[in-house]
Amino acid sequence: MITLGHYLIVSAILFVMGVLGIFINRKNIIIILMAIELILLSVNLNLVAFSAYLHDLVGQIFAMFVLTVAAGEAAIGLAILVIYFRSRGTIAVDDVNRMKG
Amino acid sequence: MIQLAAFYLFASIMIGSGAAVILSRNPVHSVLWLILAFFNAAGLMLLVGAEFIAMLLVIVYVGAVAVLFLFVVMMLNIDFAELRSGFARYGIFGAAIAAVLAIEVGVADESWHAGALQLGARAAVTPDVATMPNIQALGAELYTHYLYIFEGAGLVLLVAMIGAIVLTHRSAKGVRAQNVGSQVRRRPQDATRNMNPDVGAGVEL
Repeated sequence: MITLGHYLIVSAILFVMGVLGIFINRKNIIIILMAIELILLSVNLNLVAFSAYLHDLVGQIFAMFVLTVAAGEAAIGLAILVIYFRSRGTIAVDDVNRMKG
Repeated sequence: MIQLAAFYLFASIMIGSGAAVILSRNPVHSVLWLILAFFNAAGLMLLVGAEFIAMLLVIVYVGAVAVLFLFVVMMLNIDFAELRSGFARYGIFGAAIAAVLAIEVGVADESWHAGALQLGARAAVTPDVATMPNIQALGAELYTHYLYIFEGAGLVLLVAMIGAIVLTHRSAKGVRAQNVGSQVRRRPQDATRNMNPDVGAGVEL
């Protein structure tokens, strides 16, 4: 018998893994973007699991919107990465100070 | 029983490939593990009957986002060995953050078991699968109650597309491109004329 708890534990493990991935790959922004995708995937899994558990379709609709935003974020993030690499020749991001912010 | 076996299969492969994404030395391998993780997440979503989201995950993530990642990883000539330095120093900090998050999730799980919260009524009750399939029910909800949010999502995608093009577009130097504006602004009196003057009469400029 699969319960809601099973799904919540799986997506919690995936979420924590994504956060860990951001920290242990601090220099490599490509892996950081992939870790963010993992985090958003775990959020989607949570939304769908609750949608099934509560018999409420809104969870799946919001999972779709999360998916939309994740796709846009990946496209913009990779575009910024490409122009950063063009001007710097590296993608090490642990000491980015181009904008002197 | 078979559902439980499928759940553990999908969940274990997804978590394993998620770990491989963040630990893999080669980013190309990371992208491939990410694709595997998305496939198994789609399987998990199929198990609870969210067919459309599962298919969307395969099409959008595996078909578009993962290929975009792969394209960028392979297009840029990046020295990845140099990027690996500092793994141990950041690893301790990251493990601490991950432990804090895991403990918080455990606390939330325990308090969930202590008694469910009554957060409100359901907004859209899922219809029986026998009467209406998942995708039809989603569409009926999406195009009525969530129409403006749906169009907003389309706008987000449009802005993302234009932004990505504007950021990465480079106009080539040394190419004589057609200038439509100057062609449209051109007036007859500025143009050269074909004259046939009489001998000795000269030309009026």
